[in-house]
Amino acid sequence: MNIINQTLQENKKLLSIYFTAGYPNLDDTVTIIQNLEKSDVDFIEIGLPFSDPLADGPTIQASSTQALQNGMTSEVLFKQLKDIRKTVSIPLLIMGYFNPIFQYGVEAFCKKCQKVGIDGLIIPDLPVDVFNENYKVTFEKYGLINVFLITPQTSVERINYIDSISNGFIYMVSSASVTGSQSGFGEVQTHYFKRIADMKLKNPQIVGFGISNNKTFTQATEYAKGAIIGSAFIKHLSTKGVDKIDSFVSSINQ
Amino acid sequence: MNTFNINKKGYYGEFGGAYIPEMLYPNVEELRQNYLKIMADSSFQKEFNQLLKDYVGRPSPLYYAKRLSKKYNTKIYLKREDLNHTGAHKINNTIGQILMAKRLGKNRIIAETGAGQHGVATATVCALMGMECIVYMGEIDIARQAPNVARMKMLGATVIPALSGSKTLKDATNEAIRDWINNPVDTHYIIGSVVGPHPYPDMVARFQSVISEEIQWQLKEHEGKTKPDYVIACVGGGSNAAGAYYHFLDDENVKLIAVEAAGKGIDSGESAATSVLGKVGIIHGSKTLLMQTKDGQITEPYSISAGLDYPGVGPMHAHLYKSGRAEFMSITDDEAMKAGLELCQLEGIIPAIESAHALAIFEQKTFQPNDIIVLNLSGRGDKDLDTYINHFKL
Repeated sequence: MNIINQTLQENKKLLSIYFTAGYPNLDDTVTIIQNLEKSDVDFIEIGLPFSDPLADGPTIQASSTQALQNGMTSEVLFKQLKDIRKTVSIPLLIMGYFNPIFQYGVEAFCKKCQKVGIDGLIIPDLPVDVFNENYKVTFEKYGLINVFLITPQTSVERINYIDSISNGFIYMVSSASVTGSQSGFGEVQTHYFKRIADMKLKNPQIVGFGISNNKTFTQATEYAKGAIIGSAFIKHLSTKGVDKIDSFVSSINQ
Repeated sequence: MNTFNINKKGYYGEFGGAYIPEMLYPNVEELRQNYLKIMADSSFQKEFNQLLKDYVGRPSPLYYAKRLSKKYNTKIYLKREDLNHTGAHKINNTIGQILMAKRLGKNRIIAETGAGQHGVATATVCALMGMECIVYMGEIDIARQAPNVARMKMLGATVIPALSGSKTLKDATNEAIRDWINNPVDTHYIIGSVVGPHPYPDMVARFQSVISEEIQWQLKEHEGKTKPDYVIACVGGGSNAAGAYYHFLDDENVKLIAVEAAGKGIDSGESAATSVLGKVGIIHGSKTLLMQTKDGQITEPYSISAGLDYPGVGPMHAHLYKSGRAEFMSITDDEAMKAGLELCQLEGIIPAIESAHALAIFEQKTFQPNDIIVLNLSGRGDKDLDTYINHFKL
C-alpha cells in the first residue's frame, strides 16, 4: 500500500505543506523537508519550479523564478532527494507543470521518483484523459499516485469521473482562483466544501488554494480530510528562512 | 483522407490538445462545445460577414505586384491584409471572437498582447460592441510600444502590465490565463493567434480563413484559376499563415512556405525560429514546438519584429513542419528590414516588419517565371516607423 493511502486513513485532519524546491536557496530542499516532518506536518508537496506557472499567483511565481535562477532543475532535485528516505518517512509528492516532466521523459521521471522515494505526483496541466490514455500504466508501474484537481466549477459528472480514476486523494481547489489570492473563506466556499463532502466520494478530499492560517485551515477541514498550504509558507520562508518552520506549522496546528 | 486540418480530438497530427489546469476546464469546455454550432449559425455568419465588409473593409485586395515580380522574375500577388481596419489581419479574429463572446453571454473581454496589435484589435471590437476590455501586456513591451498603449486607452481598454517572468508576450499570456481562472463565468478570453488550448487554434484559424477564401475567387479573376503554386506567410504564433493556407491545406499542389524570424541569426542565441530551435512540449495549453531549455523551461525568443517573437508556434504549423507539408524558412532582422524597404520603393507599400520577413525569401529562393505566388501581406508598417528610422538612420 502506498504510504499516502496509509496517512489518509489516520484519524485526524491532515496538514500538507507545499514549497518550491530551490527556494530560498538551491540547497534548502532537504532541510525544509526534514524540518517540516519534525514540525508534525502530515505530508509534503515538493514544487518543481517552472518558468510559466499558469495556475499560480505572484508568491509561487516569484519563488519559482528565484529557484530557477538558483539553478534548480529536475536532475538537481533528484540528486538532492537521493538519501531523503534515510531521514524522512512521511509521504512526499512532487507538484509540477507537465513540460519539464515531459522533457525529462515521463517514464524516466517516474522511475527516478520511485528510486528516491516519491509517493505521488500532482501535475495541474496534465489533462485527465491524456493521463488515462498515455501515462496511467507508467505511474502504476512505479508505484506513484497521481492526484487530480476539482474546482467549484467542476460538474458533478466530472467529479464522479475523477473520483473513479483516482486512487489517493482529490485535490479540491477552494475557489476559482490562482494560488495565494484568497484572504478567507465565506459562505460560498463552505457550501462548496459541504456539497462535495455530501457526495461521499471514495477518495478523501484535501483542500488547497487560499489556506494561510489556523482559521482557514479549520474552515477547510470542517468537511474535508485535510488542507494544503503553499503561498503562506513560501512567504514565511522568504522572511524567516528555513530554521523557524516549526513556529509556522504550530501556528496552523494550534 | 489525409488531412492537415484539425481532427475530432483537437489535434493536428501529434500536436494540439488542451493541456490546461482543471480551473480552466469549464471555460474551455464551454467554448469547445459551442464554437462550431455558433459559427455555423446563419445569424452569426450574417453579422460576421457584414462587419468584415462594412467595418473591416473586406475583401482585402489581391494585388499583382508588377515591379516586384519583374525583379524576381516570377508572378507575385500580395494579399493586402495591411489595408484592413487597424492595419493587419488581427481584426478578422477579434471580430469573430467578440461575436462569439456575445453569443456565449459574456460581458467582459480579456486579451494578451505583445507589440500591441492584437490588443488594439481587441480594444477596437470591444468599443464597437460596448464591452469591458482588459488587455495584459508585458511591462517591457508597454515601455517600448507607447503609441499602441495610447491607442488601446483611447479605445477604452484597461491595459494591465504583466510583471512576472520575462515581462513580455508569453507572460502577458500567462496573466490573461490567470485572469480567466479568476473570472470563469462572465469573461471571454480573446486569444490573438492560432495558439492555446483546443478549440482556440481551430477557432482562430477559421476566423482567419476568410483570407484564403478570398484568394481563391480573386485569383480566379486574375489568372482564371483558383489555386496558386505557392502561398507564403510569416509565422510567429501563425494566425495570418493559418488563414492564408486554410483552404489549400489538403491540396498538395499548392506549396506552402512559412517564414520565421531568425532574429540576429539562428545560432546567435537571439532568434525566434521555433521550427529550427524548438522541441515538442507544452506551452499555453497546447502541445506544439517551442523554444525551451533542456530542462523544459520556456525561453525568451528575440526578433526585431515584436509580432514574431513568440517562443512557440501554433499546433497546425508544428504539424505542417513535422509532416513536411510546409517548407519553413528563416529570415534575419537585417534581411527583413531590407526587404521591407525594397517593397516601399518598388510598390509604394510600407509593410509591417512581420510581413517583410515573408518578402525577404525572394533573395533566398528562386521561383519559375510562370509560378503564381500569393504572399500574405499581413500588416502595414506604420507601427514600425521607429524601427525603420533607427535601422536605416532615416
